[in-house]
This record gives sequence, C-alpha cells and structure tokens, in this order.
Amino acid sequence: MDNQLVRFTVFYAASLLLCPLLAGVINKVKAFFAGRRGVRVLQLYCDIFKLLKKERVHSRSASWLLPLAPVATLALTMGALLFLPLGTAGSPLGFAGDAVLFFYLLATARFLTVLAALETGSSFEGMGASREVQFAALAESTVFAMLALLAMVSGSVDLAGMLSIAVIEPASWMHTAAVVLAAAAFFIVLLCENCRVPFDDPETHLELTMIHEAMVLDYGGPDLAAVFYGAVLKLWLFAVFFVSMLLPGALLDSWQGMIYLTGGVFVTAAVVGIVESSMARSRFLKVPQLLAGATVMVLVAVMLWIFFAGGAK
Amino acid sequence: MESKFLFLANGTAAPFAAVPESGFDQFRTAVLEKVASGCRVMAFFAVPGGENSYQLIAVLGDPSQHGLLAARSSVTEKFASLTAECPSFNRFEREIWENTGLLPENHPWLKPLRFKHADPGVTGYFGMKGDAVHEVAVGPVHAGVIEPGHFRFECMGEDVYSLEISLGYQHRGIENMLLNGPDARTAHLLETAAGDSSIAAAVNYAQIAEALGAAEPDKAALKMRQIALELERCANHIGDLGALAGDVAFLPTASFCGRIRGEYLNMTAEFCGNRFGRTFVVPGGIRYQVTAQRAEKVRQWILRVAPELWNALELMFDSPTVLDRFENTGNVDKNTALALGLTGVAARASGLTPDARRDFPVNGAAAEPVGFAGCGDVFARAKVRYLELKKSHEFLLAALAEITGEVPGVPRSNWSAAADMIAVSVTEAWRGELCHVAVTGSDGKFRTYKIVDPSFHNWEGLAMALRGEQISNFPICNKSFNLSYCGHDL
Repeated sequence: MDNQLVRFTVFYAASLLLCPLLAGVINKVKAFFAGRRGVRVLQLYCDIFKLLKKERVHSRSASWLLPLAPVATLALTMGALLFLPLGTAGSPLGFAGDAVLFFYLLATARFLTVLAALETGSSFEGMGASREVQFAALAESTVFAMLALLAMVSGSVDLAGMLSIAVIEPASWMHTAAVVLAAAAFFIVLLCENCRVPFDDPETHLELTMIHEAMVLDYGGPDLAAVFYGAVLKLWLFAVFFVSMLLPGALLDSWQGMIYLTGGVFVTAAVVGIVESSMARSRFLKVPQLLAGATVMVLVAVMLWIFFAGGAK
Repeated sequence: MESKFLFLANGTAAPFAAVPESGFDQFRTAVLEKVASGCRVMAFFAVPGGENSYQLIAVLGDPSQHGLLAARSSVTEKFASLTAECPSFNRFEREIWENTGLLPENHPWLKPLRFKHADPGVTGYFGMKGDAVHEVAVGPVHAGVIEPGHFRFECMGEDVYSLEISLGYQHRGIENMLLNGPDARTAHLLETAAGDSSIAAAVNYAQIAEALGAAEPDKAALKMRQIALELERCANHIGDLGALAGDVAFLPTASFCGRIRGEYLNMTAEFCGNRFGRTFVVPGGIRYQVTAQRAEKVRQWILRVAPELWNALELMFDSPTVLDRFENTGNVDKNTALALGLTGVAARASGLTPDARRDFPVNGAAAEPVGFAGCGDVFARAKVRYLELKKSHEFLLAALAEITGEVPGVPRSNWSAAADMIAVSVTEAWRGELCHVAVTGSDGKFRTYKIVDPSFHNWEGLAMALRGEQISNFPICNKSFNLSYCGHDL
C-alpha cells in the first residue's frame, strides 16, 4: 500500500474519531468567555453513548422516511468526507469535478432531513425546514461562486487542485487576495451550514427561533445520536475544507502536514467559539444579506482576478 | 362628579358604606370620564350583595391627586360593558363574567379568562383563512422550565398577523382561599400568588392589614420595606436583562447576569433568610431585626457586585449586533399602551410614566420613575430596566447607609380586621403596579380580597407587540415583558 493511501486512511479514521471533540472545544471557548467552567470536552461522546443505549421511538403518523433520514444523512456526510483531499495528491476517490459531487452529497443529506421534518407534520418542524431551505439556497450560491474562483485561480476542477491554491513561496498580491477572500466567504458559509451564531443558535430551546434544531425535534435515542454525530462530522468536514484552503497543499503531503491540518481544524473550532461569544445572533431578515455579502465578496475577487491577473497563472 | 367617588390614599381604609353607590348608567359614565381624564383602572370586580345581586366596585388610580378613587354600583344578571370604550376593562369584565355569571352586555369578545368552568384553552380563537396562512400553536407545555400558557399565532410565512394568548392553566383559586381571612395562611397565599413578586405582595398585605387595624410599623421598618422592594426589583431586572441577552445568543451578559442575580437574591436572604423575600415583610413592620452591621455588610456587598453588573450590561448595550436585534422589535406605541392600561416597565418603555412609587406614595417616593421617551420596542424595555437598576442602586446605597441603629423585627401575630371596611393598597412591584383591595364583612372577615397583578394589565400588550412582527422574534418580545402566568391566573 502506498504511503498516500495509508495517510488518507489514518486521517479518515481520525476524523471519525475526533469530530465530537470539536463541540467540546467550542463549548469550552464559549464557557471561558462567559466566565463559566463549562461542560467537559468529552461530553458529546458521553451523550452519544447514552443515546445509543436508548430505544428508538417514532411517530405513528410519519412514514419510513423519518427513521431513515438521520442514518442516511450521516452516511452521506461520511461519503462526502471520502472526497476531501489530503494534500496535493488528493483523495483516492478524487476525479475532475468532484467538488460538485462533494457539495451535492451534503445537499442530498439536507434534502432528506428537510423531507423527514415535513413528515412529522409539526408546525415547528415545517418552519425550521422552510428556513433551512431558504438559507441553504443562498449559501449554495456563495459556495459555487467560491468554487468558480478556486477553479480560476488554481486552473483545476478537482478538489485536490482547488484546495492547493495557497503556496509557500511568495505569491502575487492578487493570488493572496483571492485566497483570503475565498476563505473568508467560506468561513461565513461554514457558520451558516453548521447552524452557528449569527445564523442559528445551537443552544436555544426556543422552538420558534430554531432552524436546524427545529427539524430534529422528533428524534430521540440512536436517531438523535446520529443527528448529533452527523452535525459534528459536517462541522469537521467544513473545517478541514477551510484549513486546507489556507494551508499550502505541499505542506499537507506528509505525516507532519496531517498534524498541522488537525491542529488547524481545532483552531477553527476555537474561532467559531470566539465568534459565538462576541456577537448576538442576527435577525432572520438579515441572514440573506450576510450570505449575499459573502457571495459578492467572492465575485469581487473573481472580477479582480479576471482584470488584473488574467492568464497570469 | 366628584361625589360619585370616594378618595382613598394608598394604604388606607374607609367604611364600605362610604363608597358612593350610584345607578349603573351614572357609574359607567363617571368611570369612563375619569379614565378619559387620566385615571388608571386599578381594579374592577364584583362583591356579592344581597339576593342575586352584586356590588360592582371600580378602583381607579388618580395620579394627579396621588390617591385612589372608589365607586360602586349594584347590578343583577347583567351590565353594559365598558370594554368597547375603554379596552383596559377587557380582562376585568371577562373575570367578573367567569366568577359571578354577570353578563357584560356588548362585550366585543366575551370568552373565558381562566377557564374555571371549561377545559383550559378550549374556546374560540381569531382565525385567518387562505392558502398561504398557517397557524402555529405553542404551549401550554413549553421547552425549558417555564410556566404554562397557550399561544396562537396566525402567520403568513414568518410574519405574524395576530397572536392570541390563552391562560388559566395556573388557576389555583387563591382569591377564594383568602375569603374569611385574615388567618395564618393569608400572608403565605399572597406571597405565593406570584412568587417573583413576593415582597411587593407582602408589602401590600401589610399596608392593608395596618389600614384595617394591625399595629403600625415604625419609620425605620417602612424604610426597610422599600429596601426590600428595590432588592426584589434589582434581582428580577438583572435576571430579565440576562435572559434577553441569552435569547439573542449573546453569552457573556447572559451568564454574568445569571450569576449576579443570585447575589441580589442572597442579599435578600441576608435580611430574612429567604432568597425570594418570603416573610421579609409582615403586618406591623418587618419580621427580622436588622442591625447596622448587617445593613453595612449588604451595602459593601452591593458596592462589590455592582461594577461587575454595569460591566456586563454595558457590554450588551454597546454591542451593535445586540442592538440590531432589540431595536424596532416588538413595538407597542404610546396610544396602544395607554388604551390597554399597560403598567410598569412596559408602559414606561412606551413613553408613559406611571409609577406607583411617585403616583401613590406611602412613605415618600423611593426611586424616581424612569420615563424613557419610548419607542416601545424591546430595546426600550431593556433600557428602562437598566435605568431603573441605576436608580435602585442609588436608593439602596443611600438607604442602607442611613441605617445606623437597630430596626426591630416583629413576630407574626394574628390581627383582627375592622368590620365593614374597604382597604386599598398599591405597590410598584418590579413589573408594575400590584393592587390589592380588601372588603370586610360585618364579622371583620374578608368578603373579598382582590389581587390585580401587573401581568393582568400587560399580557394584552405582548399580544399587540407581535402584530406584524417576525414569529422568530416572539421569544425576545416575550422576555422583554416577562409576565407572570401564576400572577395572572391566581
């Protein structure tokens, strides 16, 4: 087995094992800013373990879709993780255009969650589903604008190439600007897609203000464990994407690079915690503005690239 | 006109017979005229009279005269509703109808208030029709540890067209249990009618007892009562501001205020052994002796905690993301507030300035009211709390420093009330004015003991605040009012 495949397998296993730690890190950071001690870092592992021991209960009025959704969502997220490249060599499954598959695996996961939420017939879940889809549609435009930028800058249409745009040697100012703007836009998408402040409040118990939480109100036991685990895995996925974008691809082509990447993921979680501690959640009416702002940021970078650095690469 | 009303200073009593009685039409006209000229509806209730007849009693607050006006009228079976002309009477008339069966004729929408004779929540609601309309029903069981209430939203997408609030789940029949008092349970029942306003309720009860014949308190004890009230106000306002921060996910202020609220509850416990101030205030004075050292200890305590409090609150009020959520959310304009008879924080945030501490003083006004030229939104209600906290702190520090000797405690003792009297007491509880009216019979027992909690006036304000608002903003609108379910349901 070649070295690259071994490293990829190890990282994949580490991802599955470590992702619940992200929730612990975010909570600790938030607790620090709030002057509290906070729950222990390993709490989510305990919660998942506890939930797995419980029995499954499903609404009699809902169909097979309700129990299917959490498991299928988790499976799709795990599938998407397979396409995330580790360094310039990319994922073993990577192919030209895999970026589209990557994001649509996640979109399919959301589609199932939304359908299952509508299945319950609860007005809260209906509202949550409506909000989720509305914001997701906007976030998707940001994501694809960003992919366009990455493709232009890297001259590549697979994730491995696109995510290797950061370079070690001094780059042109345009190149740096493109990387920074793309990463900034993606960070906003990361907050939105993972239901973090200012888009959603993962800690709220108020059904009327929930987005993602409202859609999973009917789950308990192992289903809820799958929902929780799927959520942190998705956060891990986005954080790896974000960090890969910022770290030079060549740096990640080694065992050491894997440690940088993992470290970067936890730093990202800490930054998410700091963002959540320092600002209030925004009104729903402002959310489209935030996402549109991110899209515009990317489009500005695209235009700058076309005018100033066209063909420079 | 004046002869139609009996003037009562706050915390005083008069023979029941001295309350002028008139025919219902004259009574109705006189009451509506008074309200139109700036009086507030403090209480409107029925006392059983002779056979099948009831005495309707209206107690109005007249801020210009710094006192209360009482009038009565004898009715049987029905009377002409006042609600259409003066919406403040809405809940009072529904209450009378539910309690006695007296029919307020032409009431715009007569429906049960506390569901004494029906299953809670089972009644008609406003409805909207259309393909895009959806109805969201919340409660009576809520997520989180809060009291039960049922909320019906009529929505188009995220926009709320109408909210109806249906309460009564907490109805315990407190007013019935108080009949034939005073006895050993009376004080306890009143303190637990709305547990977060225990001190205000105890002060009202003490004032009524003293008006009806219990021993008079000395001046230092009256000062201690004001201190107790302001401590209760501080603890609750701090808790509310923290909860508002929590609802918009602004964590630092939320968790700091949660802790600091506890400090003020503990200060209350320092004086009376109970964090919510139960048995702090008793008829005749205060229950436990307060020494100068103890007062100084609490003063130092406040001096130590207050800077942390201002720090946490200024952090929130200086944060643009928080202000964006608070400003222009849940508006209640001045005219609506006036028509509905809103009281306390909610009224002062809408640009009105009722404050029982100034309008109906008992022992010299404590803190000045904080009239905020109100935009009537969530921000205004938060800001009024902040400004009141400032005033309360000024008062507390000064008042505690004044205690140089010992304030004696008095034991709880049975007292007997004078016969055939009416006594009225109003206290500015932290939410707004809390009004108690006691009517005694010929045996010196309570024929009626009416409690009007500030929430009774303000629930309608919350419903109005949601008109045209985003449904996702309901929680912060609700927190900005923070009304009592049990105080309303009794």
